[in-house]
Amino acid sequence: MRKRDRTPKTYTRLTHPLVRDSRDELFRQASWEEALDRAARGLERNRGAFGMFSCARATNEMNFVAQKFARVVMGTNNVDSCNRTCHAPSVAGLSAAFGSGGGTSSYEEIEHTDVIVMWGSNARFAHPIFFQHVLRGIRNGARMYAVDPRRTSTAEWAESWLGLNVGTDIPMAHAIGREIIHAGLANETFIERATSGFEEYSKLVEPWTLSLAEKVTGVPAAAIRELAHAYARAERAQLCWTLGITEHHNGTDNVRALINLSLLTGHVGRYGAGLQPLRGQNNVQGGGDMGAIPNRLPGFQDILDPDTRLKFESAWDTVIQPHYGLNLTEMFEAMEEGSLKAVYCIGENPAQSEADSEQAIRRMRQLDFLVVQDIFLTKTAELADVVLPATAGWAETEGTTTNSERRVQRVRRAVAPPGEAREDIDIICELAARLGHEWKYADSEAVWNELRAVSPDHYGMTYERLEEHQGIQWPCPDTERLEPTYLHGRLWEPDPADRGRPAPFGLVQHDPPVDLTDERYPIRLTTGRRLDSYNTGVQSGSYASPLRRGEYIELCPEDAEKYGVVVGEEVRISSRRGAVVAPVWVDTALRPGLAFMTMHFPDEVDTNQLTIEANCPIAGTAEFKASAIRIEKLPVATIVR
Amino acid sequence: MDLHFGDSKPTDDERAAVDALLGPPESSWEGADRSDADLRWARGGRAARDRRDLLLPGLHAINDRVGWISDGALDYLCRRLTVPPAEAYGVATFYAMFSVKPRPATVLHVCTDLACAAAGASELCAGIESRLGPGSGVHVERSPCLGLCERAPAALAIRAGDPVRTAVSAPATVRDAVLAASAPDSAPEEPPAAMAVPQAGDPALTLLGRVGVVDPASLDDYRAHGGYTALRRAFDLGPAGVIREVTDSGLVGRGGAAFPTGRKWQATASQPDHPHYLVCNADESEPGTFKDRVLMEGDPYALVEAMTIAAYATGAHRGYLYLRGEYPRAIRRVQYAIDQARARGLLGDDVLGQGYVFDIEIRRGAGAYICGEETALFNSIEGYRGEPRSKPPFPVEKGLFGKPTVENNVETLVNVLPILTMGAPAYAAIGTGRSTGPKLFCVSGSVDRPGIYELPFGATLGEVLELAGVRPGLRAVLLGGAAGGFVRPDELGIPLTFEGTREAGTTLGSGVVMAFDGTVPLPRLLLRIAEFFRDESCGQCVPCRVGTVRQEEALRRIAERTGAAAADDIALLRDVGRAMRDASICGLGQTAWNAVESAIDRLGAYE
Amino acid sequence: MTVTPLGIPRRLLEFTLDGQEARVPEGSTILDACRAAGKDIPTLCEGDTLTPKNACRVCVVEVEGARTLVPACSRRAEPGMEVRTDTERARHSRRIVLELLASSVDLSTTPKVAGWIKEYEAKPDRFGPDAARLNEEPRVDNDLYVRDYDKCILCYKCVDACGDQWQNTFAISVAGRGFDARIAVEHDAPLTDSACVYCGNCVEVCPTGALSFKSEFDMRAAGTWDESAQTETTTVCAYCGVGCNLTLHVQDNEIVKVTSPHDNPVTHGNLCIKGRFGYQHVQNRG
Repeated sequence: MRKRDRTPKTYTRLTHPLVRDSRDELFRQASWEEALDRAARGLERNRGAFGMFSCARATNEMNFVAQKFARVVMGTNNVDSCNRTCHAPSVAGLSAAFGSGGGTSSYEEIEHTDVIVMWGSNARFAHPIFFQHVLRGIRNGARMYAVDPRRTSTAEWAESWLGLNVGTDIPMAHAIGREIIHAGLANETFIERATSGFEEYSKLVEPWTLSLAEKVTGVPAAAIRELAHAYARAERAQLCWTLGITEHHNGTDNVRALINLSLLTGHVGRYGAGLQPLRGQNNVQGGGDMGAIPNRLPGFQDILDPDTRLKFESAWDTVIQPHYGLNLTEMFEAMEEGSLKAVYCIGENPAQSEADSEQAIRRMRQLDFLVVQDIFLTKTAELADVVLPATAGWAETEGTTTNSERRVQRVRRAVAPPGEAREDIDIICELAARLGHEWKYADSEAVWNELRAVSPDHYGMTYERLEEHQGIQWPCPDTERLEPTYLHGRLWEPDPADRGRPAPFGLVQHDPPVDLTDERYPIRLTTGRRLDSYNTGVQSGSYASPLRRGEYIELCPEDAEKYGVVVGEEVRISSRRGAVVAPVWVDTALRPGLAFMTMHFPDEVDTNQLTIEANCPIAGTAEFKASAIRIEKLPVATIVR
Repeated sequence: MDLHFGDSKPTDDERAAVDALLGPPESSWEGADRSDADLRWARGGRAARDRRDLLLPGLHAINDRVGWISDGALDYLCRRLTVPPAEAYGVATFYAMFSVKPRPATVLHVCTDLACAAAGASELCAGIESRLGPGSGVHVERSPCLGLCERAPAALAIRAGDPVRTAVSAPATVRDAVLAASAPDSAPEEPPAAMAVPQAGDPALTLLGRVGVVDPASLDDYRAHGGYTALRRAFDLGPAGVIREVTDSGLVGRGGAAFPTGRKWQATASQPDHPHYLVCNADESEPGTFKDRVLMEGDPYALVEAMTIAAYATGAHRGYLYLRGEYPRAIRRVQYAIDQARARGLLGDDVLGQGYVFDIEIRRGAGAYICGEETALFNSIEGYRGEPRSKPPFPVEKGLFGKPTVENNVETLVNVLPILTMGAPAYAAIGTGRSTGPKLFCVSGSVDRPGIYELPFGATLGEVLELAGVRPGLRAVLLGGAAGGFVRPDELGIPLTFEGTREAGTTLGSGVVMAFDGTVPLPRLLLRIAEFFRDESCGQCVPCRVGTVRQEEALRRIAERTGAAAADDIALLRDVGRAMRDASICGLGQTAWNAVESAIDRLGAYE
Repeated sequence: MTVTPLGIPRRLLEFTLDGQEARVPEGSTILDACRAAGKDIPTLCEGDTLTPKNACRVCVVEVEGARTLVPACSRRAEPGMEVRTDTERARHSRRIVLELLASSVDLSTTPKVAGWIKEYEAKPDRFGPDAARLNEEPRVDNDLYVRDYDKCILCYKCVDACGDQWQNTFAISVAGRGFDARIAVEHDAPLTDSACVYCGNCVEVCPTGALSFKSEFDMRAAGTWDESAQTETTTVCAYCGVGCNLTLHVQDNEIVKVTSPHDNPVTHGNLCIKGRFGYQHVQNRG
C-alpha cells in the first residue's frame, strides 16, 4: 500500500510578465514594456490568422473589450471562450427556439413552482446555492424529478429518479412528448398560439412509445409515464439542466428536445414556469452577452443583421466582418490546418479543459504565437511565448458579471494584486494601443457605459442601479423600470402582433454517443463535478477541503467485484484515445457498466486523455459525458488510501 | 434526501426489530439488496420523508430488542425512514429510557422520587446496587416518579429481547427488585389495579365505578356495566350536541391547567383546516400522579370510548394515545382494548354502524416529563425532540402535524362518559359552582391507605387525608406534584377546588395530595424536586435550562443552613425563580420554582 | 393562467407599544414593530434569515393580560395589544437571562453582550465560583472551521441553517437534554465523519463566535485578529454560474473571512464550501 500525497498541486500567482525567444527555452521575467511589445509584434505578424480566447470567468467589461479587440483591432470574429466546452448548446438551443440564449426563469421562481425537473444536473454539488432555491420549492410543496444516469445527491431529493443510459436523453424526451400528446395533456391553446411545427413534432415523436423508450433508455416505462404526466399536469413547471444535456456531440439537439416539452405544455414565459440551464462558470452568460462569441455582437445581437453591424461600425468607427467567426472548436481545428496561427488566450486553460487534451496541446504547439494572460502559470501558459500576469476577476477587479438567471451583478476589488499584475482591460488596451488603437477607459464603469449605449438589453443598468438592486436581470432597457423576472411573456400575449415569432419545435433525432461501447471498451465513462472542487482545480486546489480525496475512477459495487478490484486499488483505464492510472472508488449511485470521473485533478489523473473530441456541429461542445473505456488490474496491485 | 451514513452496519437482531415494525425494505436505497430495477428507478421525495413520525416507535423497537441503540441500528432506521442520522441521534439522546451507549439488556429503574424517597428509596437503591454487582447483567437507573406511589418504594425492570419483558416490584424490597430484574418472567404478577383504589366497589363512584368491578380485558363486561351507552348517546346528539353537553357540564381539564373542555372542543371543531386530530395525553409524569395509570389498567375501554366521543365531536378521524413508556401494563391493556374495539366495529371504518371513521394509535413515551406538555408531546409523536413549541399558535389551530388538534388527558376524557349518560345539568350539579363533577386525588406519602380517591369537587384537604388515613406527625402536604406547592398541616380546611386552592394561594394541579411527616428533612425534599426539574428540563430556553441548574446549586448550598446563612441564596432563588416563571417557554420552567417558593414562604423552610 | 404575482397587499394593524400607537403590517412581530419605532431590544437567538426559535428569552416584553412575558422576536403583533418593552418585570427577566448565560457560557466574542450586561446591571458571578459551566474545549477537527461549544448559548440557529431552513444537510442537531444538551453530529463524531459539507452557513448565523472560521480562530489565538483594521467588500463568487455574492473581509491585504449579505436575492446569506473557503488561490502570492 502506498500513501498517496493528497496535497494537490497548488499554483503560485504570476507576478511579472514572462517571455521567451523560443519554445525550447525557459521563461524569463520581462518588463511590461518588453512583454507587451513582443505580444503586439506576435499578433501583428499573424493578422488574418488570429483567434481570441476570451474568459467566462472574467468580467463583462473585460469580455466586451476582448471581443472589441478581436473585431476592431484584429478585424476578426474569431472570438470565443470556454463556454463552448459547456453551455454553448444551451445558448444555441434557446436562441433557436426563442431568439434569446438566456435561461427563461429566475431562481426565486423555482421556489414557487409545482414541478421541478432536474435533467442531467447534479445541482446539489455543482450549483449548491441554486439548489437551495430548489429545496425551498420542495419545502413549499413542489415535486422534483431527476433524470440522470447516476443517482446523485440531487436525485436523492427527487420524488422519482430516472436512471437513463448515457446519451439517451432525446429518446426519453421524445417519449415524454409522445405520452403527453397521447394522454391529451398537451396545452393546445399555447401550441396553437405561440409555437410552430407541432404537426411535424408530433409525427417525429410518434415512434417513441414508452416501451421503445424503455428499451433504449433503460428506464421503466411507468417511470417515464409518471414524469410525463407530472410535468404536463403541473400548473407551473421548471425544467433545469446542466452539462449532462450539453456535453454531448449533439448537445444542441438535446437542448431542443427538452425545450420541445416546455412548448408542448406551455411551461415557458410565465412566472414559475420556464427553462433554466445552469451555467458552470461565473460569467458564461455574460461572456456571450458581451459578444465574446463568434456569431454575436454585444447585447447578443446577430452579426448577420446589417442594421446591427451598422450601429457598431459607427460606434466603433470600424468595419465588422459580415460573417460568423470560428468557434473555439473550429479554431482548434484551424490550428491543425495552419490557418490559425496566433492566439491571445485570456484566463482559459484549454490544455487541460478540452476533451482529448493531448490533441489540444499538440495543436497549440503548432501555433506561431501564443500569448496567455492569466493569474497562474497554467498548463496552457506553459505553452506560450508571452505570459502576462493579470488580476483575479472576482477579487481584484472592478466590473460586473452575469449569472445564470441573467442577473448582472457588481464585482469589486477587495485585495491588491500581487507584484506587477495588472487588470485585464488595461493589458488589452495597452496591446490595442501598440496595434494602432488608442482606447481610453477611465475605469470599468466607462466600459460598461459604452456597452449600455450599444446594447438595448443592458441600457437601463447603470452601476448605481446595480448597486441599489443588488444586481438587475436583463433585459433592462429602461433606467426607470424593471422587467418581469422571466423571459418570453410575449408568447402569452392575446394579440398575435405582440406575440412575435412563434417558437418552433425542434425536429431532432436520436443519435447515440459517438464513442460506442463494445467488447474491448465495455464501460461507459461519464464525467462531472464534485462539491468542493472546480473544473481543472487550479483555483479550488489551494484550500484545505476536508472533503477532497483526489481523483478516483468510481465504479458500482457489482463492477468492482466483477473486475476483482477494491477501493483504493490503482487500475489502468483506457479509452480509444489514451490511458490513465487511477485508484478505484465504489459508489452505489452507479450501476454495472457505468463509471464516473471528474476533471478536477488533471495533474494527478488527466481524465481528458480519455474523453472524446466529438463535437456538437451547432455549438461545438465536445462529448465529455460519454466515453467508452475499459479498466484493467495492474500487474502488481497498488492500494492507495 | 441526500443523507450521509457511516460504515456501521446493523446486527441481524437490530435489522429484524426495525423490519418487524416497518416491514421489509422495498429497495436497496432503503437497505435491501441491490436489484436491477433499483438501479434505474428510485422513488423517494415526499412519501419517503413523510414517515418521520415512525422514528420514536423505531427507536423503541431497537431499544426493546437490544437494550440500547447502536450506530448501525440508528443508521439503518434512518435509512428506512429517510431521517438524517444527526437528527435521529438528537431524538434518541433526548429520552431517558434510551441509551446510545452499550448497556446490559436488563435495566432496573428504581424510583427515587418524593413518595418513594419518603418510603426509603435511597436505602433500597443502595441495597440493590450492592446486591447486583458488576457483571450482573442488570443496569440500575435511578428514576423519577414511576407513578406507583401507592406502593412506594417502586422499581420497574425492563429486559430487552423478543418480546421485551417487564416486571414491577412495588412495594419493593432489595430481594424482590433483584428478582424482578434477574428473572422478569417469573416475577410475581402485579396486584390488580383496583388495589390502588381503596374505595373500589363503592356504588357511588362515577369515574372509578368499574375499576375492580369489571374484567379490564372484557369488552362484554364493560358493556354489561354501561359501556358504550355514552357513545350511542353521542351519535344521537350529533357533534354539536356533544359539545353543548360538555360545555354546559362545566368540565375543565384535569391535567392542571383547568381549561374549559367544551371551549377547546368547540374551537377545534370549528377550524376549517383538516384533518383534525385527537390526542390523549397519557404521559402521566408529574411526581405523585398515578390516576391515569389506574384508569387505563382498571377500565381501559372507558378511555377508548371517551376518545371516540371526543374525536366524533371535534371532527377527528384519527386519535393518538401518547402513553407513558414506564407504564407497560397500561400499554398492554389499552392496546388490547383498542384491538377488541376494532374487532367489534367500535373503532375503524364504521364505528357503531354510524358511518363514522375513527381509529386510535398508541404512541409510547420514552422517559421525558416534558412530553406531558401538549406541544412537546406533538413534537415527540412527530419524531422530533420533545421540545415545547411557542404558543400562539395554539393546538386547536396548529397542533399535531400542524393541524387542528384537541388534546385532553385521560381523566378529563373519562369524565365525558358520565356527562353524556347523566346529562350536563346532573353532572354540573356535582361539585361546586365553578368546579363541577367528580375529581380524582392521588394520595400518597404518610397515609395508611394511599391510592386514588374519587370525591366530588368541594371536599377539603382534611377530608381527603382523613379518608386515606393520614398518619400522625404530619409536617407538610404537597398539592399538585413537583409543579405544585406545599401547604401546612394547619391548612387542611382548604377546599380542593380550582377556585379554593387558588384563593388559598396554592394549586390543585393534577390532583396530587402527598403527605409528609418528618422522616425526610424538607430541604432534602426540595433538593429532590430541584434535581427533578434540572433532569427534566428539555434545555431549549435559557431561563429553564440554566435556571433549574442554579436553583439546584443554591438549594444544595443551603441544605444544612438556615436564617441569615441562607438569606443570600434565598434571594438568588427568588430572582431566578421569578425569571423562570415569567420568561420560560413552557409550564415546566414556569412552575419549576413553585414548590420551593411555597416551602420557603408557607412552611418557613430555612428559617 | 398565472401572471407575475404582485402579492396581496398586507393589511395594517394597530396596537399600543409603550403607550404609543403603532401601525404595522399584519404578520409583523413585536420586535419588527420595536425596530420600526427605533426601540432597541436585546436579541441573541433571533436571526434575520431564520424563523425565530425564541430560545434565549433575552427579548421578552410584557403584554397586557398575558400570564407570562412574551418573546418579542416571535410573538406577532395583534390588533389592540398593549405591549410594554421596558417594565421592571421585563428588565428583571432580561437581567437574569444575561446572568444565567454569562455564568455558564464564554460570551467573550458575543457582540453587544457586554453592553447589555452593563445596561441591565447583571452580575453573572453572583452564582459563586462553583456554578456549573459548559466546560467545553474547542473542537479543531478540520482546517476550515472550529466549533468552540464553550461559547454556545444553544440558540439553534446553526441547526436551523444546516437543516430544513436553508442547507438541508442536517449534519448537526441538538443532542442530550437540559443543561447537558449540546450541538452534535450523529454519534457525537468528529465533523469529518459527519454529513457536514463545510458550507459554513452555520458559522454565518452563529451569534456568539462558538463557530468560527479557522482563519479567525487562529488569528484570535495569535492576537492578530483586528476587526477595526478589516475592510468588507462585496463581490461575486467565481466558482459557478449561480452568481453568489461574497463579502470579503480583508485584513492586511489578506482575505480572512468570507460572508454573504443576508438580504441578497441569490444567496440569502448562504454559500457553499467553494465560495466560503475557496479563496486561498488568489493569495498564493509566492
